[in-house]
Amino acid sequence: MDTINLTKSVDWDFIEQVKKESGQNPSLCYQCGNCTAGCPFTHFFDYPVSQVMRLLQAGQKDTILNSKAIWLCATCETCTTRCPCEIDVANIMDTLRIIARRENMVSEKDIKTFYDSFLNSMKQHGRIFEMGILLSYNLKSGHLFTDAGLGPKVMERGKIHFFPKNIKGRDRVTRIFKRFSEKAKRHG
Amino acid sequence: MAEREYAYYAGCSQEGTAKEYDTSLRLVLKTLGVSIKEPDDWSCCGSTPAHTVDHVFAAALAARNLAIVEKMDMPSLITPCPSCLAVLKKAHLGMVQDESFKNEVNDLLDEPYGGGVITKSVLQIIYEDVGLEALAEKVTHTLPDLRVAPYYGCILTRPPEIAQFDDPENPISMDRVISAVGVEVCDFAFKVECCGAAFGVPKREMVNKLTYKVLSMAQDCGANCVAVACPLCQQNLDLRQGQVNSTMGSSFNIPILYFSQIMGLAYGYSPKELAMDKLIVSADRLIRSRLPVEEFRKAQEAEVKKKKPKTEKAGTKEKTTTEETE
Repeated sequence: MDTINLTKSVDWDFIEQVKKESGQNPSLCYQCGNCTAGCPFTHFFDYPVSQVMRLLQAGQKDTILNSKAIWLCATCETCTTRCPCEIDVANIMDTLRIIARRENMVSEKDIKTFYDSFLNSMKQHGRIFEMGILLSYNLKSGHLFTDAGLGPKVMERGKIHFFPKNIKGRDRVTRIFKRFSEKAKRHG
Repeated sequence: MAEREYAYYAGCSQEGTAKEYDTSLRLVLKTLGVSIKEPDDWSCCGSTPAHTVDHVFAAALAARNLAIVEKMDMPSLITPCPSCLAVLKKAHLGMVQDESFKNEVNDLLDEPYGGGVITKSVLQIIYEDVGLEALAEKVTHTLPDLRVAPYYGCILTRPPEIAQFDDPENPISMDRVISAVGVEVCDFAFKVECCGAAFGVPKREMVNKLTYKVLSMAQDCGANCVAVACPLCQQNLDLRQGQVNSTMGSSFNIPILYFSQIMGLAYGYSPKELAMDKLIVSADRLIRSRLPVEEFRKAQEAEVKKKKPKTEKAGTKEKTTTEETE
């Protein structure tokens, strides 16, 4: 296990930032490990969720924001449901992802690319266009043939549309995106 | 006239890869006297991707829809998709519990949301508002070959403060709904295990490993099909079942039905009407034996009659053998 020099590396501002943005108090965690025991993704994580909580208590900003764990979390809410200290752990993971995205420290590029393709589709059409999301993901991620094998199965059953359907008020949805990015710029 | 009325937010999946969920639900709700009205020009809820960007932004995308529903003056909003449900409820609860959050969200919207919409899953109103007795009354057909593993997925009942429905660890609503329409339900230990959710595209192997576990457990508990209430669970288990088999070296051939399709079959709708042909793993072999309740009863009685003389004969035979040995 890594040794951390706490005198030098604790980022107190980061702890406060996560507290404020998530509305949760990470100091309540007493490391029982219940969250990790129930986490379906723990085998894929570089740091199990209970260790992310410990790293957070120790203000280890860079380690956390560079971790794969925060992106591989699917917000299944098992940790939140089972935490004996009633910490909304999934909300903390969510907040960490948001901060990582903001600081441009995304360790799992493909996941972010997929999410961005989804949001772009929504911004353009008001509702999501499944085929468009997959094509955009495949192009942007460079994994050109992702799920190509599933194509015939969904096509012959008419489960996927070939053209997007725009809602009437799609500019209203676009405006939510615009107002948000203007606000984000104002706040740096 | 319909006994109950709700606003109905279908969600994007129900217009595409999960069309059969929407189609079957509409028929079942009609049978149950529930009328639904779609909010005009609803938009995507933002789902998982939005809440990796910002909490206020994510809530705003959901709240645009809540603001539309608020104007409809309906008692509550129902949605078939657990992801839409969680997002809509989180936005609503966040806004009514925190005035400054509410203002921040409304600042992003053309029309503000006041906080007056209660959202529930369609499963919840079927279970709580319509009720099991009424569900059973409408049954016209028996499905003797179905043995169902009820799979709720992770967020339909979790976390309890948001979901406010059923039990977060051992939910029973879907079990009871399926039992109420006369179909056998298995004791399924992985009811709330996660299927891998939205990672199907960017992290396929991870999802395949997780669904492998769910499918194995379904098989081990004696089920021959899985019932779902989530378009993403259905996609990961059904559409990706072939991938699971090739990645994990398994040979699953387990149909993944929406609970509403099972209800629809028990209510006499044809497989075509319930869009069963959209399932990737066909359920035909399990539903071929479906019979009208009356015919099934007669067939059972005939079976009993056929057995009776046999048992008598067997009894006499036994007697003779005992006599012989004596």
